[in-house]
Amino acid sequence: MFKWNKLGRVFNPQEVQGKDWMKEFAQAPATLILDAYVRVYFSCRPPANEKGQYVSYSAYVDLDRADLFNILRVSEQPILSLGELGTFDEFGIYPVSVIRNGGDILAYYAGWTRCESVPFNTAIGLAISHDEGVTFTRLGNGPILSYSPNEPFVLSGPKIRRFNDTWYLWYIAGRKWKLVDGRAEPVYKIRMALSSDGIHWEKTNKDLIASRLEEDEAQASPDVFYANGKYHMFFCYRYSSHYRGRENGYRIGYASSTNLIDWMRDDAKAGIDVSEEGWDAEMISYPHVFELDGKIYMFYLGNQVGREGFGMAELEGKLE
Amino acid sequence: MKWEKLGKIFDPTKHNLPKECMQFAQSPQALVFDDFVRIYFSTRSVDKSKGKYLSHIAFVDMKKNLQEMIGVSNNMVISLGGLGCFDEHGIFPMNVLRYGNAIYGYTCGWNRRVSVSVDTAIGLVISHDDGITFQRIGDGPILTSSLNEPFLVGDPFVTIFDNVFHMWYIFGVAWKKYKKDEPPDRTYKIGHAISTDGIIWYKKEEGRQIIMDRIGADESQALPTVAYFNGRYNMFFCYRESFDFRNNKNRSYRIGYAYSNDLINWNRNDTDVGIDVTEGCWDSDMLCYPHVFHCNGKIYLLYNGNEFGRLGFGLAVLE
Repeated sequence: MFKWNKLGRVFNPQEVQGKDWMKEFAQAPATLILDAYVRVYFSCRPPANEKGQYVSYSAYVDLDRADLFNILRVSEQPILSLGELGTFDEFGIYPVSVIRNGGDILAYYAGWTRCESVPFNTAIGLAISHDEGVTFTRLGNGPILSYSPNEPFVLSGPKIRRFNDTWYLWYIAGRKWKLVDGRAEPVYKIRMALSSDGIHWEKTNKDLIASRLEEDEAQASPDVFYANGKYHMFFCYRYSSHYRGRENGYRIGYASSTNLIDWMRDDAKAGIDVSEEGWDAEMISYPHVFELDGKIYMFYLGNQVGREGFGMAELEGKLE
Repeated sequence: MKWEKLGKIFDPTKHNLPKECMQFAQSPQALVFDDFVRIYFSTRSVDKSKGKYLSHIAFVDMKKNLQEMIGVSNNMVISLGGLGCFDEHGIFPMNVLRYGNAIYGYTCGWNRRVSVSVDTAIGLVISHDDGITFQRIGDGPILTSSLNEPFLVGDPFVTIFDNVFHMWYIFGVAWKKYKKDEPPDRTYKIGHAISTDGIIWYKKEEGRQIIMDRIGADESQALPTVAYFNGRYNMFFCYRESFDFRNNKNRSYRIGYAYSNDLINWNRNDTDVGIDVTEGCWDSDMLCYPHVFHCNGKIYLLYNGNEFGRLGFGLAVLE
C-alpha cells in the first residue's frame, strides 16, 4: 500500500472575495508547473439560480513553488467564457486538464448543456492559450470528442497526457441514466482515446477499469502518472445511488498498467481514505498526482465534491 | 428538368397508425422491392406528460405503380431511444439503404434541450427482416456534433457510389433569437461524409457547407437526396428562411437543386429544379423533404407539401 501523508487543505474558494463567478467549489485540480509557482486549474461556481441550477467556470490559483500553501494569486477572470446559445458548453466548463504543446498551453475540458429529460449532458472540448494559460480560446464551437454508439452521453473528466509521442486522453463515458427516487443519476466508466495530434481522436472503445462496488459503480477522474517502469492511475469511484453522503460517496481507487491499455485495479493499494473528521471526512475524489522538486503530491477534493476546496497529500516512499 | 405531379398519395389521417399517431407523414423514403415499394415516413404521437410531439417511423407498402396501397405497418419499425439518449424524443427522418442482405436505417434522433428546443444526431439501425423491424447498433449516434459542426447534425441521406458510402446530411451553424418574445430559431447547412463500412465516417473538411446559399446567410437547407441520372449526380434538398417560415408562404420551404460530376463540387441551380408550389392544392404554400429514387425505369420524387407534411406526402415523376 502506498502511504500518503495528508498535508491539509490548500485552497478554499469560499474565502475568495470580490469574484461573483467564484462563490464556492474548487473542483478537479490540474497542475501546470512554472519556474516560480504551480498554476492549479480548477472549476468553480457562482451561486445557483432561482431553480437551483449552477453554471461552472474554470479558473486557476498560483501556488508558491517553495511553499504550496502560500497562495500567490487567483485568476482575475475565468480562463474561458461559456459557450454560445445551443452549444455543448453553454452552461459549464468543468473539469479542465492542461498540457504544454510547444509555446502553447492546451486545455481539454468538459462542456455542459442542459436537457429536458435528464439534468445535463457533457462532451469534451479543446481550447488553446498563447499567454501561459491565463486566457484560452476555443478551437471551435463544437466538441473534439463526443458521443458514439457505445458512449451515448456524458463524456467528461478529460485527462490529457503524452507518452512516447502519442497523445492519450483518459475520460469518462456515460453508460446509463439510472432513476433513483425519481431523480436521474448518471453512471459512467473510465475510457481512453489515442491521437497523433491532440485534435483527432480514436477511441479504444472499452472500459479500462473493472467495476468493484457494483455493476453501476460510477468512476471518474482517471489521473495517469508514469513512475518506476509503469503507469499508475488514481481515480475516484462511488455507488450509483445515494452517493452524496459519507456511506456511498466517492473514494479514491488505484490501478496500474505497463501498456496503457490493460489495467489492474487494486484499490487496497491506493493508500488514501476519508479522514475521521474535517473537510475530507465524508468523501475524497478527483485525485491529481504530480511531481515537484523530487516529491510526489496528490491534490484531491473533500466533502461535497470540492464545495470547500481542494487539499494535498505527499507520498512517502515511491510509486512502484 | 420537369416533374409531373401525380398528387398526394398518402394521407396519415385516413389510416390507423401505431402508437395512436393521428397526423404527419413526413420525409417519405422509398425502399424498392421486386414487386412493391416500401415507403417509410415519420409520424407523430403526443407525449402526454409534456404535450409535445414524439416522432416515430412507420411505413406504407405500395404497388409498383405507386398508386395502389397494399397496407401500412402495424408497429413502429424502431423504438425511441432510452433516457438521456440522442433519439429519446423522436426519430425523424430515417433514410434506408439496402446493403448485402440487410437494410441500414440512418436515423435522425431528437432530444430536447432547455436553452434551445432540441438537438439532433445521426444513428444507425439495421434490419434483417426486409425492413419490418430494426435494431440499433448502439445507444449512441454514429455522427454527432464536432469542432466545426457544433449542433443539429441530422437529416442523413446515404448511398453507395463505386463501393464508397456517401452521406449527405445537415449541421447547425447558428441558434439565433430573431424576435424578442419568440424562442430561438436555427440555421443549418448541408455537409458531406464518406465511409468504407457505413458506420465510421470521414469528412474531408469538417464544417464545410457544400451547397452555396441563395437567399442569404440565414438560409436553412435540409434533407438532401442524391441520385445519378442524365449523366451526372443530382441533388435535391429543401431550403427556407430561418424565421417566420411556418406560416408565411413567402419564407417557407421550397425544393432546391444542385448537380455535380465528382460528388465533391456542387453547382446550385434552383431554376432547373422543375417543381414548385401549386395554387389551391395540398402543396400550395410549401414544398419540403424531397426524396428521389429509381423505380421501373422511371425517376420519382416523393415530397411533403403544406404544414411540413401534417396531412401526408405526394409524388412526382420526371418527364
